[in-house]
Amino acid sequence: MGDSIVQFLETWSPIDIVLIAQNFDRFLWGALTTLELTLISLVVGGILSIPLAIIRAGNNPFLNAPVWLFTYVFRGTPLLVQTYLIYYGLGQFEWIRETFLWGPILSQAWYCALIAFSLNTAAYTTELLRGSIVNTNRGEVEAAKACGFSSPMRMRRIVLPSAFRRALPAYSNEVIFMLHGSVVASTITIQDLLGVGRWLNGRYYLAYEGFITAAVLYFIIVLAVSRGFRFWEKHWLQHLYPREALEVKPAKGAASFRI
Amino acid sequence: MDLIIEYQGQLLSGTWVTIKLALLSLVIAVLFGLLGAWAKLSKNILAQKIGAAYTAIVRGVPDLVLILLVFFGGQELANSIGTLTGLWDYAEISQFAAGVGTIGVVFGGYMTETFRGAILAIPKGQIEAGVACGMSRLVIFRRVIWPQMVVYALPGFSNNWLVQIKSTALVSVIGLQDVVYNGFVAGRSTRELFTFMFAVLMIYLVLTAISDVGLRWLDKRYSKGIVRSEDG
Repeated sequence: MGDSIVQFLETWSPIDIVLIAQNFDRFLWGALTTLELTLISLVVGGILSIPLAIIRAGNNPFLNAPVWLFTYVFRGTPLLVQTYLIYYGLGQFEWIRETFLWGPILSQAWYCALIAFSLNTAAYTTELLRGSIVNTNRGEVEAAKACGFSSPMRMRRIVLPSAFRRALPAYSNEVIFMLHGSVVASTITIQDLLGVGRWLNGRYYLAYEGFITAAVLYFIIVLAVSRGFRFWEKHWLQHLYPREALEVKPAKGAASFRI
Repeated sequence: MDLIIEYQGQLLSGTWVTIKLALLSLVIAVLFGLLGAWAKLSKNILAQKIGAAYTAIVRGVPDLVLILLVFFGGQELANSIGTLTGLWDYAEISQFAAGVGTIGVVFGGYMTETFRGAILAIPKGQIEAGVACGMSRLVIFRRVIWPQMVVYALPGFSNNWLVQIKSTALVSVIGLQDVVYNGFVAGRSTRELFTFMFAVLMIYLVLTAISDVGLRWLDKRYSKGIVRSEDG
């Protein structure tokens, strides 16, 4: 039975499904690398972006200008070029090659990708978080002032919790963009999901199999991530939805009531 | 810096390829965006389904994967069709065509969402009024929908375009001699990759800055007569 299925696929399928199945564990490892790279850079970039966003939302010109320059440069240029600059470019300098960081970190493709991705997502997240901090309801801030909250305490207890929530829909876009952007890793020898696809095609002289498998797996990951975010948004933005959504529709003839 | 001046020919020709690529794919993206928005808003269920699948695939699969698939897979497909029908022996898809086509179609998916939102923002009564005045559908589109749609779509459009310009860098992976590819080759042969990659970075910054100015001008032009609640 199993043999006949294999034989059927080998003769009739336009793409070599058997070969994909044989190498499927490699694709899963590749997917894991992709997820790992994306997740770690989102965490690092996210942590970096919080103080940077607070600086950008404030009005200290000496702090604001360099942060603005950082976000402007990283948002205005392609991630591919940023990654090349770090991975291929840093080796140009003798003094960088002589520091202790060179051997274990800066000459490794994986760390270079991680640094580039983290800085990139930090720049985008900074700006979207800044927008959300600036748009905090004035009344909330005034109420906190009236209660005698100090400025750092206002930021920590009032502004940030609400800003994070309101930034969530835009942030889900950023996460998906980062997932898309992580394919750049495959151009600097990392075996991520696309890297495995390219390896398979190169090894067996194929045109479709590796890329189609990678495409399908990316699609599944993106779908799962966006579903996850939709669930999260429902949970964390509940208080911003219109009231009617919470009301129970009254049954016909019954008195209407609210919960 | 001397090296940059020495290799400025390569860098400039690469920049020109990048600009052509970006502008041509923008035209395709706008066409696909309009088509997609029309499909998603149409009453035909099949068109709706196709539109939904289009935007879902484009947003779910990274653009580089699609570029590689079109470049290598498209080549293979064209050849198998050629041998199967006997119409041609060997067909070749150029890197430029694969890049323009794929980036255009991918960003068409993003434009679809932008345009759809913009069309939905136009009060329905205006379109009904157009019908009541006996305007044909084409006239309604040209006189009622388009001028207002542009205003609503411009912020999203600007965003898409800025992302799209940066996405063109990916075609260097399939060997198209754009600014990234030329910069990389020059940097490798002079062993000064940082210098050249930094120059490429600056070229992209200039391109995005110019687009910014252009888009702001467009915004000003099209939003004449619209009162904004904010100071922006």
